Amino acid sequence: METLRQTLQYFWHNLPAILVLTRQHLTLVGIAVGVAVLVGVPIGLLIVRFKPLAGVVLSVATVLLTIPSIALFGLMIPLFSLIGQGIGAVPAITAAFLYSLLPIIRNTHTALTQIDPGIREAGRGIGLTFSQRLRLIELPLAVPVIFAGIRTAVILNISVMTIAAVIGAGGLGTLILHGIGQSDIRQLINGAVMVSLLAVVMDGLLQSLEHVLTPKGIR
Amino acid sequence: MIELQKLCKRFPQNSGQPVNAVSDVDLVVPEGKICVLLGPSGCGKTTTLKMINRLIEPSSGKVLFQGKDTADMDPVALRRRFGYVIQQIGLFPNLTIEDNIMLVPRLLGWDKKKRHTRACELMEMVALDPKRYLQRYPRAMSGGQQQRIGVIRALAADAPVLLMDEPFGAVDPINRGQIQDDFLAMQRSLGKTVLMVSHDIDEAIKLGDLIAVFRQGRIVQCATADEILANPADDFVASFVGQDRTLKRLLLVQASQVAGIKQTLTATLDSTLSTIFGVMDDNDLLHLTVVDKQGLPLGYIRRRDAKIGKGTCQDHLLPIPITSLADDNLRVVLSRLYEHNMTWMPVVDAQGCYSGEVSQDYIADYLNSGITSTPPIDLIPADKEPAANVAQAAPTHN
Repeated sequence: METLRQTLQYFWHNLPAILVLTRQHLTLVGIAVGVAVLVGVPIGLLIVRFKPLAGVVLSVATVLLTIPSIALFGLMIPLFSLIGQGIGAVPAITAAFLYSLLPIIRNTHTALTQIDPGIREAGRGIGLTFSQRLRLIELPLAVPVIFAGIRTAVILNISVMTIAAVIGAGGLGTLILHGIGQSDIRQLINGAVMVSLLAVVMDGLLQSLEHVLTPKGIR
Repeated sequence: MIELQKLCKRFPQNSGQPVNAVSDVDLVVPEGKICVLLGPSGCGKTTTLKMINRLIEPSSGKVLFQGKDTADMDPVALRRRFGYVIQQIGLFPNLTIEDNIMLVPRLLGWDKKKRHTRACELMEMVALDPKRYLQRYPRAMSGGQQQRIGVIRALAADAPVLLMDEPFGAVDPINRGQIQDDFLAMQRSLGKTVLMVSHDIDEAIKLGDLIAVFRQGRIVQCATADEILANPADDFVASFVGQDRTLKRLLLVQASQVAGIKQTLTATLDSTLSTIFGVMDDNDLLHLTVVDKQGLPLGYIRRRDAKIGKGTCQDHLLPIPITSLADDNLRVVLSRLYEHNMTWMPVVDAQGCYSGEVSQDYIADYLNSGITSTPPIDLIPADKEPAANVAQAAPTHN
């Protein structure tokens, strides 16, 4: 009971700092997932068009996701040292970006390959070009599934990004890291709860956004 | 309108050996006609259809559209000139009915007002209220409604040709008949050229001006429905059209055609029985219809009454319980004969005048005569040798 009181007290006293860390955390995740969407969705489209690539690309993305996060961050340090960015935000964002690729590419691929063949055939048969089919029919229909991939990536990376504090990227992981280092349960709990809350809130927000973006006819 | 010349499609098999899905298909579909590509599954009929709008590229051979080789045209532009209807319908679920129907016109650059007017016009053509349905999404429509929308989407940009791949296959049997009737009426009024893939012989008989029967990638017979039913080219066609093929012909033959194979003999009220007995005896008749001055049937005389030979027709006239219209099909005719336990009835024209009679014997004679109800369409271009897979025309009669 005492711990809880102290934790809440810590929260109130350090609210501005916690909010800064939260914003930092969100920015890191946001940039990583944002870039992953910009890269992953086109890759997803590409491997739908060129089927033989699909197996390779999805395997590589899967392997990336199996690398333990602490190891991936570790790997980033020597790599980015080459351009003088060994620690900090850049390697953290890069790692999170790599993790985001699989859910986004795979869901884009699944969404487009699972579209009713009749719809695709009708689109081709009435004289739509490949890009018209994508733009007018297939991408709008794929929105819910692609969005599910984005949500997975966001949730995943909100938790992964806590490790990024180890390589000095900041974010809510800093609280947890300090909590462990200083045996300060208050910081540890504040950090952990904020990460969970952030994940839940972002999931809800993205779900609402998904609903808005999903075409009315398939809602 | 559409002409296929030696069209072939080879697909590589898993073994690496290419297999001919379609071989040497020659076919001419004249403008305004419905040609049904009929056959069991895997016979190459759908592949043939898809080569016409180049969803599948032919391995060899040509497709001519209005005399021009389609291989020289842009595939997308070509497809926009063909309406395309498939069994799965393929309405786009993310678009409203109006946007679905008007997608191709939109891409062709029609303005919004013109598109809306056209959408309303098309909806009315298939008896769907535009105000009520245009803003709905496909999932809010029943299967039959979706099918009709699929057909008008194909008609939206006023394409001269419709390509249809089992278009009514997914509709329940009760609605299918109605949709087929509506489609046929629409096709007749718009004069579209239609190529339709089907595995349903009854659908082919109902809709096809011309039926091309496919087997293992080749056309084994291409002729009118009645011709195929009366004179199937081989055992395969005979078994595919069914053992009841002669009964199926009943739908295709009209009462006037049967009546036409016999001489029209009548008597008047003041004919003497002895005269008409002579006529019956000479022509081997069991009865003779009596008509008035305008030719309207009044009744009939039985042979056994005429045999007495005294008096005129007036005295022994029996009433006629039923008559048939000249354009009733034989199925209707036979049904009415059985219903009234009759062996014959007079055929009357639109004015009600006697124009011969149909009897169960006459129908049997007609169906066995080798006569078919419609002349075969000229399937072979004038400058070419007849292809081996086109059946020889049987004697025709109108």
